[in-house]
Amino acid sequence: MKIFLKLTFLFVVISSLVLSRANAAGEQQEPLKVDWSFKSFFGKFDRASLQRGYQVYTEVCASCHSLKHLSYRNLAEKGGPEFTELEAKAIASNFEVTDGPNSDGEMFERPAKLSDKFVMPYANVQEAIAANGGAYPPDMSVLVKARSGGANYIYSVLMGYDEPPEGMELDDGVYYNKYMYGNKIKMSSPLDDDIVEYSDGTKATVDQMAKDVTTFLQWTAEPHLETRHKLGFRVIIYLSVLTVLVYFSMKKIWSRIETKV
Amino acid sequence: MSDHEYTPKSKVGKWFNDRLPLLTLANHLTDYPTPKNLNYWWTFGGILTFCLITQIITGIVLGMHYVAHADLAFQSVEHIMRDVNYGWLIRYVHANGASMFFLAVYIHIFRSLYYGSYKSPREVIWIIGMLIYFLMMATAFMGYVLPWGQMSFWGATVITNLFSAIPLVGESITNWLWGGYSVDNPTLTRFFSLHYLFPFLILGLVVLHIWALHVPGNNNPIGIDIKKPSKDTVPFHPYIVIKDAFALLIFLLIFAFFVFFSPNILGHADNYIEANPLVTPAHIVPEWYLLPFYAILRSVPDKLLGVIAMFAAIFVLVILPWLDTSKVRSTVFRPIYKQFYWFLVADVLILGYVGAMPAEGLYLLIARVATAYYFAHFLIILPFLGMKEKTTPLPLSITEPVLGGSADMVMARNNSDFKEKL
Repeated sequence: MKIFLKLTFLFVVISSLVLSRANAAGEQQEPLKVDWSFKSFFGKFDRASLQRGYQVYTEVCASCHSLKHLSYRNLAEKGGPEFTELEAKAIASNFEVTDGPNSDGEMFERPAKLSDKFVMPYANVQEAIAANGGAYPPDMSVLVKARSGGANYIYSVLMGYDEPPEGMELDDGVYYNKYMYGNKIKMSSPLDDDIVEYSDGTKATVDQMAKDVTTFLQWTAEPHLETRHKLGFRVIIYLSVLTVLVYFSMKKIWSRIETKV
Repeated sequence: MSDHEYTPKSKVGKWFNDRLPLLTLANHLTDYPTPKNLNYWWTFGGILTFCLITQIITGIVLGMHYVAHADLAFQSVEHIMRDVNYGWLIRYVHANGASMFFLAVYIHIFRSLYYGSYKSPREVIWIIGMLIYFLMMATAFMGYVLPWGQMSFWGATVITNLFSAIPLVGESITNWLWGGYSVDNPTLTRFFSLHYLFPFLILGLVVLHIWALHVPGNNNPIGIDIKKPSKDTVPFHPYIVIKDAFALLIFLLIFAFFVFFSPNILGHADNYIEANPLVTPAHIVPEWYLLPFYAILRSVPDKLLGVIAMFAAIFVLVILPWLDTSKVRSTVFRPIYKQFYWFLVADVLILGYVGAMPAEGLYLLIARVATAYYFAHFLIILPFLGMKEKTTPLPLSITEPVLGGSADMVMARNNSDFKEKL
């Protein structure tokens, strides 16, 4: 048993090394902590929150931020917002995509289908930068995984807009944010109370919208999170049972000789 | 190799074995006499073989879906994560598998350091092992570049730039490595090619490593030569096989925990941002398993000397069998070396820690002291200690230890009069 204590010790040492490195990266305030439904071993997404989050994304964020790795079909897939296929088709048909060339060799516009990727707000990076005062609005497909604080960090930035402290000079088009790296952000506060109208009657407070859209972005970054947790639990159970069986087999085999194992 | 002649029972078996003695090899592997007092630190050889095979299999599948092109690599990784059936699982196993591989190899190396497994007659096993370790680092580094995220790109830039420190030809070598004037598409494609090649070189070296091991046989916790086969040994199968299987399962539980519940904790968030040559990340840090060497590199103010120090840190390990002058293998009987051993462990952990921190102020000072101590351990302490140290008496055999009268090393070690001798 002593060996397992030693291994655990090693495990702790290495994890603390990793964590200390993660902490070393930032100088901003500690992000707010939210008790997300998708954390923990059995974590699952709150389906209604995902659907509301999609609404916030499409009505607020999508005018500047792309979701280029997602397709409209993803909205109807298991483990996501789980819109019905009809709903997802209706959502897709709101967007125009360029297709072609057709038999005349010409490109043409048509409504998007489930198999199409999410339509991008800008034609290219340069246009996006030019339209946003020199700052590129990052693609949000894996944004949650691309920030060391994860979902808590994204939520915190959305909640972190405030008056700048005394003596802090901000240029035009730069805003103060408590949780942003360097406390400066080129995006103005995107959320205001009742900026969207939720169809399920939930009150659209800034806090509610921030939580919903962060949940949605967690899903866009980890579309298979629910499968992963479910499969992981089964794998751990399977391995544990097998470990116990092998342990007793080992004891039995080694009992043929005097040495302890 | 085998201590007794083996003849297959069946006629067909005999016919085949006369032409290609595969059955003799299988018989040798199952009967291989193994010291019966091996503790769980000896199970990591099997675990490492498992890690290598896992990396190769998951890597081959990933290679079917991955596109090695600067414009498409990041996207193809996201395609694997989203659209390939269980692609997320295969990629997370591969990415975390690298970390688990290094965790196991560090335990394996430090086990060898503790029990003196690198000493005569096992120097060749040790040197092949160091070659494997070096190739592992190169493979892991190139693999980390493939997703073409920010850390991939800038990590590659920092590491390949090291070669520019070489006088006269440095710049030409760097350009040759890049296939251009900066890290770009040609760099990515050659890294992919080499990342696919190296694991098979490692596999070949692993075969040599095990072959070289089977000539003198395993070292053991008390580090004395034993007669093989004898009552000090057990056949590899089933005794060691089942024990290795048990240890592997414990290892897999930890592995599975990372893959399913914390798959990104060992990586860096910045690597989910697509590579951008115009934006440098705030801190460029390599993966955790390279951090001690990164700390050594940065602790030397001169670039060329820093690179030399980093490679020397690996090279002192290669010549370790001749730096350690002590004839006694196991640390169990070397009371003074035992303390230095744990100092070294702490030193390497400290180097890893400061390697993750910015190279400034107190961190830099600590890194310099730790680097100096690292080299002092191998170049000064080990040669002199081996000549001066008074070791405690060695047992005659595993079953008849002179100490404590027990076959169990843990009991022998805890034995009170043994403690007094320390």
